Amino acid sequence: MLSPLILITAVLNGLLAGAVYALVALGLTLIYGVLHIINFAHGALLSAALFAAFLAWQKLGLDPYAAAFLLAPAFFVLGYALQRFVIGPASRGDDRNMLLVTLGLAVLIENALLYAFRADTRTIELPYGFRTIDIGFTFLAVPRVTSFVAVFVVALALWLFMALTDTGKAIRAVAREKLGAELSGIDVSHVYAMTFGLGTACVAIAACLLIPTYYVNPSAGNAFVLIAFTIVVLGGMGSVPGALIGGLLIGVVESLGGFFFGESLGQLGIFLIFIVVLLVRPRGLFGASA
Amino acid sequence: MKDAWLIGAVVAVLAAVPLAVHSNVVLNFLVVTLMIALAGQGWNILGGYGGQYSFGHAAFFGTGAYVTAILQVRYGINAWLCFAAGIAAGAATGAIVGFLAFRAGLRSSYFALVTLAFAEVLRIVASVAPITGAGVGLLVPLDLRAQSFQFPSRAAFYLVILALVAIALMIAQTLERSRFGAWLIAVRENEDAAMALGVDAIAVKLGAMVISAAITAAAGGFYVQYFLFIDAPIAYGTWISVEALLTPIIGGVGTVFGPLVGALVVKSLGEGAKLVTGDVPGLDLMTYGAVLVLVIAFAPRGIVGVFADARAGVVRRLKPSENAVGEAARG
Amino acid sequence: MAEPLLSVENVSRRFGGLLALDAASLSAPAGRITALIGPNGAGKTTLFGVISGFLKPNAGKVRYGGEDVTGEPPYHLARRGIARTFQIVQPFAGLSVRENILVGAHLRHRARSSALAVADEVGRAVGLGDLLDRVASTLTVAARKRLELARALATEPKLLLLDEVLAGLNPSEIRDMLPVIRALCARGMAVLMIEHVMQAVMSLSEHVFVLAEGRIIAEGSPAQVAADPAVVEAYLGHGAAAKLKAAHVY
Repeated sequence: MLSPLILITAVLNGLLAGAVYALVALGLTLIYGVLHIINFAHGALLSAALFAAFLAWQKLGLDPYAAAFLLAPAFFVLGYALQRFVIGPASRGDDRNMLLVTLGLAVLIENALLYAFRADTRTIELPYGFRTIDIGFTFLAVPRVTSFVAVFVVALALWLFMALTDTGKAIRAVAREKLGAELSGIDVSHVYAMTFGLGTACVAIAACLLIPTYYVNPSAGNAFVLIAFTIVVLGGMGSVPGALIGGLLIGVVESLGGFFFGESLGQLGIFLIFIVVLLVRPRGLFGASA
Repeated sequence: MKDAWLIGAVVAVLAAVPLAVHSNVVLNFLVVTLMIALAGQGWNILGGYGGQYSFGHAAFFGTGAYVTAILQVRYGINAWLCFAAGIAAGAATGAIVGFLAFRAGLRSSYFALVTLAFAEVLRIVASVAPITGAGVGLLVPLDLRAQSFQFPSRAAFYLVILALVAIALMIAQTLERSRFGAWLIAVRENEDAAMALGVDAIAVKLGAMVISAAITAAAGGFYVQYFLFIDAPIAYGTWISVEALLTPIIGGVGTVFGPLVGALVVKSLGEGAKLVTGDVPGLDLMTYGAVLVLVIAFAPRGIVGVFADARAGVVRRLKPSENAVGEAARG
Repeated sequence: MAEPLLSVENVSRRFGGLLALDAASLSAPAGRITALIGPNGAGKTTLFGVISGFLKPNAGKVRYGGEDVTGEPPYHLARRGIARTFQIVQPFAGLSVRENILVGAHLRHRARSSALAVADEVGRAVGLGDLLDRVASTLTVAARKRLELARALATEPKLLLLDEVLAGLNPSEIRDMLPVIRALCARGMAVLMIEHVMQAVMSLSEHVFVLAEGRIIAEGSPAQVAADPAVVEAYLGHGAAAKLKAAHVY
């Protein structure tokens, strides 16, 4: 007997989880929209950010939400440097090379984490970690609700940045028409690096939002990133609203799928959707024609 | 023709190794290296010659492995027949994935993604399906007789994998000299131009995918016979997708010997790293990641490519001004 | 008179809101050179795309050798005998000149040895004999144009579509290319060329079609077309024909 209440709770939880997926996907779609590559290192960077948030909590006693203010700029710099000094020069603009370089970085980063921290899974305990909010007909976990709100704040901030600042406009110019932007005097490799940095900063914030309810180990990011790829393709490569809506959608699919079919098969559902979208409508819901 | 002799010479030299080397550790290292070289040669057909970069070759390795294992363990079929069936199953998987991906016109990033997704789907299914032993995996019963594709001596396994690698080398060699190969390379260089010259790009890519999948599936089947155990993370894990692409890239994409050279270098680096720091997990793969980035940055044509360039440079220097003058005159 | 080898009938093609081709029709008979001219953006390369199978028209037909081949894929048309060059040359950059032409030769020759022989022969015929071993990415623009031509010729076509094969060449290079093109129809080939270099159009082609804003606005011999006021307007703008006439230019 399936009570509609349980279903609604599953959907709500799906939306809450989906918001964080959306943030990870946001970083990915931003990078794709401007650099036109799939950043295969995204998952490894998420793992690294999770470890960073964990260390911030363990060594500095920083609450993850506070750590976000430290880690976001730090990872922005990391992302900037990676694109400017490693990925860009190594791939020399060739699509296939960029795929391989980001893959190489993914393997490098993930295994560096494995080497440094071993494979044991860690979690953190927060005083408010298990607190819930009573919304009348059901209870929702506090960290999840906070994450949901935080994601939309970040998305809004990002949108304002893109719309109002010079750098944001430069990024949008390069995304639309690289050669024209270059001829107008925009430093494209700087823009590329800024975009990569922003995408990585999104990942860092997502890690801080995740860590209260998620686990930390070197391959944690990987599990996430395939979901992020699915969202990006579903929502449309390069589309920010697509990433948000796609994220929420996938969150709900995962929650309901896991609810009816068990966790592993829930994941399976997501990948099948992924494959179907790639084959049938690769530009997704909001993307431009390939 | 001279390349066929080269293959023969290389294989002969490698075949003589067990006469001199008796250490099980070294032989084991060589067996695993050759197995990875085989998987890599498979990737090389599609990625190196065809330019279609698959990030999910585990799908074929794992299918070859599981079919070989399941038919033996659950149905008692002769191991060699199972091995052949594994190769066929891998080829069929390649045909399905390729058909879907190429008909949909997927290229570059999208192609890499869809192959990754297929491998992941298979991994998840294998980790819960009863027929594959789900989370526990499958153990192939010990039966050290040649007719069961198991051998008491490592040297025997070594010679078998060497034979498989030799076949793969010859396939690559034949491909290079064939019309199909010329078409495949043309598709890699410029798909539209190739189509304008009468090349059915989709059919060619699909053919390459099937050959590629079959070869990598053979590596998977061999894995099962050598290690007598298979489970989902081994069969369909990212490790084999990465190693299958790493070895040709480092050794030289689109060359006959690239994957073999690459496998020797990569595996040696991995072992070297482990010797230096003890058996700490992660260091060998870290090295692989770093090497991949460095190779793309500084030697994108791989080790074999570097040698080919060096040779060409020497030739150019021996025939100096002719080309330069000719060019200026003809414009 | 027998149906011409190539017959394009009322082909239209739209890209979103832009009507790139508007009921365009032309024909190219065997053994003759036909030119397709028109101002930039007229839709000439789009028309080539339709004829060679890279684009499907929204309306209209392409007839080749008496058969309707509209919408067939490029490799199919190549096998039927339609070959094309690209406006922006597309060599197989990492391969040598010989290997480039080899791909074309393989269409009709399965065995590598015979295909190589054909490739060498075609390479020499277009003047690339000394460059056969050079890597395509190291060639000059003029050499690349010849390579583009050689590759298409190696497929032994009956209809050859040349898209601005003379663009980017200096006058002496053009002078060297003209006899090569002229020799093509001696073998019975039909040649349809898009060209901006007017001296080539005048001296080579027997029949000219003028495309402007997706429509065929004139056709005839080169002299007729050059004297047509509509053509002058298309190139020089509204009212130009009248001004030129008033100034007794023609």
